[in-house]
Amino acid sequence: MGLLSQLIFLPLAGALIVLAMPGKAHKAIRVFSFAVTLLLFALSLRLLPGFVGDGSFEFAEKAIWIGAFGIGYHLGVDGISLFLVLLTTFLAPIVYLSAWNSIDARVKEFSFFYLLLQTGMLGAFLALDLFLFYVFWELMLIPMVFLIGIWGGPRKVYAAVKFMIYTMIGSLLMLVAILFLVKYAAGVHGGRLSFDFQDVLGLAIPFDRQILLFAAFALAFAVKVPVFPLHTWLPDAHVEAPTPASAILAGVLLKMGTYGFLRFAMPLFPDAVHYAAPLIAVLAIVSIVYAALVAMVQDDIKKLVAYSSISHLGFAMLGLFTFTVVGAQGGMFTMISHGLTAAALFLLVGVIYERRHTRKIADYGGIARTMPLYSTMFLIVTLGAIGLPGMSGFVGEFLVLVGAFRTSPLYAAAAATGVIFGAVYMLWMVRRVFFGPVTSEANRKMSDLSLREFVVLLPLVAGIVLLGVHPAPLLDRMEKSVARQLERAGVTEVMSPVGYDGDGTQHAPAPEEQ
Amino acid sequence: MTVETSLLWIVLLPLLGAAVNGITAAAAARWGKKVPHGFSGAVAVAGPTLAFLLAVGVFRALQGMEEGHALVVNELFRWIDAGRFRADVTLLADPLSAVMLLVVTGIGGLIHYYSIGYMSHDEGHTRYFAYLNLFLFFMLMLILGDSLLTLFVGWEGVGLCSYLLIGFWFEDTEKAQAGMKAFVVNRIGDFGLLLGMLLIITTLSAGGEGTLVVREIAHRLGEFPPGVLEAVGLLLFAGAVGKSAQIPLYIWLPDAMAGPTPVSALIHAATMVTAGVYMIARMGFLYDHAPLASGVVLVVGAATALFAAIIGIAQNDIKKVLAYSTVSQLGYMMIGVGVGAYAAGIFHVFTHAFFKACLFLGAGSVIHAMHHEQDIRKMGGLLKKMPLTGWTFLVATLAIAGFPPLSGFFSKDEILWKAFSGENAALPWAPRFAWLLGTIAALLTAFYMFRLFFTAFLGKPRGKAVEAHESSPFFTVPLVILALGAALTGFLGVPSVVGGSNRFEHWLAPVFETSHGGGEAIGAAHAGGHGVEIGLMAGAVVIALLGTLLAYFLYVKRKEVPGRIAERHPALYTLVRDKFYVYEAVFAAVIYPVVSLSRRLLWRIVDVRIVDGIVNLAGHLSRGVSYTLRFVQTGQVQTYAFILFTALGIFLWKVL
Repeated sequence: MGLLSQLIFLPLAGALIVLAMPGKAHKAIRVFSFAVTLLLFALSLRLLPGFVGDGSFEFAEKAIWIGAFGIGYHLGVDGISLFLVLLTTFLAPIVYLSAWNSIDARVKEFSFFYLLLQTGMLGAFLALDLFLFYVFWELMLIPMVFLIGIWGGPRKVYAAVKFMIYTMIGSLLMLVAILFLVKYAAGVHGGRLSFDFQDVLGLAIPFDRQILLFAAFALAFAVKVPVFPLHTWLPDAHVEAPTPASAILAGVLLKMGTYGFLRFAMPLFPDAVHYAAPLIAVLAIVSIVYAALVAMVQDDIKKLVAYSSISHLGFAMLGLFTFTVVGAQGGMFTMISHGLTAAALFLLVGVIYERRHTRKIADYGGIARTMPLYSTMFLIVTLGAIGLPGMSGFVGEFLVLVGAFRTSPLYAAAAATGVIFGAVYMLWMVRRVFFGPVTSEANRKMSDLSLREFVVLLPLVAGIVLLGVHPAPLLDRMEKSVARQLERAGVTEVMSPVGYDGDGTQHAPAPEEQ
Repeated sequence: MTVETSLLWIVLLPLLGAAVNGITAAAAARWGKKVPHGFSGAVAVAGPTLAFLLAVGVFRALQGMEEGHALVVNELFRWIDAGRFRADVTLLADPLSAVMLLVVTGIGGLIHYYSIGYMSHDEGHTRYFAYLNLFLFFMLMLILGDSLLTLFVGWEGVGLCSYLLIGFWFEDTEKAQAGMKAFVVNRIGDFGLLLGMLLIITTLSAGGEGTLVVREIAHRLGEFPPGVLEAVGLLLFAGAVGKSAQIPLYIWLPDAMAGPTPVSALIHAATMVTAGVYMIARMGFLYDHAPLASGVVLVVGAATALFAAIIGIAQNDIKKVLAYSTVSQLGYMMIGVGVGAYAAGIFHVFTHAFFKACLFLGAGSVIHAMHHEQDIRKMGGLLKKMPLTGWTFLVATLAIAGFPPLSGFFSKDEILWKAFSGENAALPWAPRFAWLLGTIAALLTAFYMFRLFFTAFLGKPRGKAVEAHESSPFFTVPLVILALGAALTGFLGVPSVVGGSNRFEHWLAPVFETSHGGGEAIGAAHAGGHGVEIGLMAGAVVIALLGTLLAYFLYVKRKEVPGRIAERHPALYTLVRDKFYVYEAVFAAVIYPVVSLSRRLLWRIVDVRIVDGIVNLAGHLSRGVSYTLRFVQTGQVQTYAFILFTALGIFLWKVL
């Protein structure tokens, strides 16, 4: 079994073993599941030494699955999916550990769904066969619905169903589009059916069909991002979801949409993409500004963070739709950075929720006095989220703006206002939650981070700073894949000549970093 | 150690100090332990002290180099590299950054030392010193970065530290609010700076690599169409308007006085707020070819100099007077760089750092002795009670008021002379206009500073001043050093017309001379000649005297007069005292509408009613119509899966 298959099926195997464990053995289930996620992360690190980053699909595995329909088992990783996979496996143990105490009902089912979710997400990032992708895409939906619906807050069923219906409508349309696409490709290739991504590429699909097919894909992905006005499931889902589900949802799941655009929708339907690009870019900008303004006036911390996610993902979308390598790399980087900051923010909100069982901003105040270490970490993550240079958020946003400015200065100017509003809503919240006098007895008694909570948060905080100071290892490995993907979408950008900088460092991954 | 390595250590030492104190502070707070004062103070002072010594080394190395080639470069690492954009982190010291380097590490070090005394009773001192060292790190990045992007790192970083230190006593909601206001207002300016950088990258990308390295931009200036140069100039200036507190974004600086007084001295007077001036001087080669942008810098600077000085005359909080004075002085610096006299602008940055830091630290000494009393009307007679604080304060006051031969006289006079004799192709009236406003502001400067001095330091001790006594050497040693600087540094820039050699301008000349190669669209056109220059100088002295005498008359001789004036013109008085209600107007015109619209329209109506309403409506409708969805909504996944795969089967069957 190849490395990629191992990554996908390790959590599935873990989930099945969890099913076989006695439901009351909470400790054993927790330790086992945590060990599986740790192993998963360790395993995923083996991707790095062998990764070349030349834009091709590496570690590829190809086998026939349902031969009659041309459905294959095709996996591969390139510079686009690599860091999303690593983000997923990085967050897996961290988030599981964060839920050690907070999830104490039906631990077995929780761990089962949690591990199953990992399989779904990793599969979706690694699949290169459209049918396989669709299977994993749906597979990832189901555990998330259960995680929200069972372990969620008071309106959990409403939120779970809303989340499911939103996603379902989009993905069913995508399924139809996939089937049409495959059928069309079969017509071109003399009747041979194939769901393989590379077999459906580069078809000269008539424009009117392309538009429809693209619309179906775009809807499925835009819901996931989410792009305004398809976003209203997200605040509800986040508010009701238990902390670990929120962290995974914001950290990884939301990237499925932007990933889907870059991996599938853009290269498969180049003409339609270019036709729709202004609309999507504008929607992305509206998402940035609108969500930031709405985030500003929230009374619930979690809802505020949820809206901020919409705003940040708007940056990622805008980056992709600048059709520049620099912008798309910025968009990709924003996704990774947001994966860290959003997961960290949700985990941080979870920490005080566990203590006070409220998420209302007005119920807090002066926390910096009672929980100094916690407040310090919250502030660092906040700075990462609002794009302070030297933190991860800046690199992505800045590159997106560089790309956007090249496309249209107006886009960049409009999107850059999000940088101002981002500072406003986050710092205003920080001011109300952490500063000022300690107003209530309950807040005075809150204990600072425990060792477990500290261990959970430290890697995220470190990652946010590290990626901000030294983003090159990521950007280098992404560059060629992003460029290749844009080429498929009909954009060829003259890359800078190798060795232009005179010191012999090539533009491609520097040898010492390989 | 090579000079390149010392450049790196200059930056790293304060960062190291910040890390040590920061981790100690967090750990101590977590476990409720106390950190010994000596420890955090010693750690904090070590960084800037060593950095200062290294900076002197760098300075001497530059002195030893051939004129025009004085440059120390240390390429550190490749930072952001994507598509056709690349930014490295490279440290660069040239004569301009060397001057700033000495100011930041030298005066910064003194203020760290002072802080040991000032914060001795504060339990948050470790955290305080961590922030203060972190500030130095970012300030040094700002100065030493060779590209606008690394400048921006420092720029935002010092903004962060300013935010943290203004709101240092965060339990006071008002102080926390002031910190946030500073950060957000600065971000509005940064929005312009960001767009300016993007415009540079995009313009240069057309002809090759998009870059933000300042030397590269200078080298490839020909690739910019004239209109783009103006746009870049204006956008970058927007950033400077925020950071250097010019109209209309100055509103954060007076509120920033909520921070501990040494912070006001270091960040909000001597160093950070001058970053905007520094940036424009650094980009002087560009502003030389952007007469409109330069003209705007000039006019905004002049307007700020006068406007803030007017507000300054009616403030009673000692720190607020100094804050508006800083805004006003920053306006002067902008006049300097706006008229193309970059060396004069930087000279004023240099001298101002001494006398304003001296004034703020003096005010801190007074506030410390008066047990946190800041109202000058409740002071008095402090010169006798606190002679060292009082006399150093007087020296600095004389310097800022522009009495020869103290430093402020030379630097301010140089700026006003350059404005008087300057030209601007786009706004021909602007230089003389700036000179006029600056001259009026000079009169007011002498007036409000001596109003402050006479009220607080002369007369009979009032209130807590009766028991005030001189502060410890932690306070007075820095005060004396700074007062000496305030008195003597002017001699570095004595103009040739009175027999000086203006060593300061000569030192900076290689940095700025490249900028005078082309258009000469702006710049000093040596009009008038020596007679006029000397005449103006004499006039400036008369003006300073006038302002002082007026203050003497109103606040020593006939103390009842100011009250009567205020009574007779209550509207005018309150208008000035309440700072022309600028913040209130901004709040009513911008902040309140945006928040209110976001809450009432965007969230409650668009999001909840319209978008979500449609979704829920669709849900209800489908619930009524469709069995399928009812099954789904019961949460039965088996049903869902069954339907999914049935549907899939049907599709497959139909399509294939």
